[in-house]
Amino acid sequence: MIFGRSERGKPPVEPVTLKILVAGGFGVGKTTLVGAVSEIRPLRTEELLTEAGRPVDDTSGVEGKRTTTVAMDFGRITLREDLVLYLFGTPGQERFWFMWDELSEGALGAVVLADTRRLEDCFAAVDYFERRSIPFLVGVNCFEGADRYPAEAIRQALDLDSDVPLLLCDARDRESVKEILIGVVQHAMAFQADRRETVTT
Amino acid sequence: MTRGRTTSAAQHRLDLIAVVVAEPHADDPEADSTLSPEHVDIVGLCRHAPQSVAELSAELDLPIGVVRVLIGDLVDAEFVHVNRPVPPAELVDESILRDVINGLRAL
Repeated sequence: MIFGRSERGKPPVEPVTLKILVAGGFGVGKTTLVGAVSEIRPLRTEELLTEAGRPVDDTSGVEGKRTTTVAMDFGRITLREDLVLYLFGTPGQERFWFMWDELSEGALGAVVLADTRRLEDCFAAVDYFERRSIPFLVGVNCFEGADRYPAEAIRQALDLDSDVPLLLCDARDRESVKEILIGVVQHAMAFQADRRETVTT
Repeated sequence: MTRGRTTSAAQHRLDLIAVVVAEPHADDPEADSTLSPEHVDIVGLCRHAPQSVAELSAELDLPIGVVRVLIGDLVDAEFVHVNRPVPPAELVDESILRDVINGLRAL
C-alpha cells in the first residue's frame, strides 16, 4: 500500500465528529436508511458471549468459544472538511444491547425506526433512549402495502411523551432521510437548551 | 497481532468516533521493528487524513477491539495522537449544530 504523505508544515484538518444512532427492530430498514445518505461500511466487533445469548448462541461442539462477532453498519457524512457526522445502525437483537451503552455514550441523538405492522419491535429502543435521556425521534418507515395510520394513533400506541417528534418517512429516499436527521439535530438542540435551563434555574 | 491483549495499558476505551491523527514529525513506522504491518497501515491511513476509530476498523477489516489496542500502542510510541469527541452536552456553541443542519440540507 502506498499512502500519500501530507505536506510538511501543513497540519491536517482535525475534524469535529458527531454521531447519531439508528435503532429499531430487525428488518425495519436501518441499513437502508444509513445507505440512503452515506456510503455504508460494515464494522466488526468481537464480544464476549454472555449468559443472555445462551439459548440462541449455540456453542455445542465449540464449547471453548467465548467471543462472538457482532456486525454493525456505519456511515460517514462529511458535512464540511472539519465537520463529520457518523451514523451507526445499532445491532437489532436484544442480546447485543451491551453494545448500545458504548454506542450511545456521547451520541448527539437517535432515530428509532418503526414499522406499523410490528410496532412492538421498537418499544425496547424507545424505552432505552427514554431511560438514558438521549434525545430521539421516531421515524415511521412507510412500507408499501402496509396500512397507513395517522401519526397521532401511532404516537398513542407507542405511548410517546408529547415532546418526542414523530415523522413519517421512506428509508430508501435520500430527501426523506435528510429530513429525519435534521429532525434529530433540531430535537437535540431543543433538548439541550431545556437541560441547560433546568440546571441554571 | 495484539499478542493476546484486549486492552491497552494507558488508554480507557476509545470512542468509535475519536479521531486518530498522525504526528507529522514521527519517524518512519516501517523502520520500527516492534510494530506489526497493521500498526504501519494505521499510521499510513492517518497520515493520509485523520481517521476515526470506526473508519480504521472498517478499512483494515479488523474488529474494533483489536484496532483500539493497536492505536494504544501507537499513541505510546508517539506515532499518533487521539482527539476525543466533544460530548454533545458540552457543545456550548450551538452554531456547530446549526452547521450540521445546514450541511445536511445542502447534501
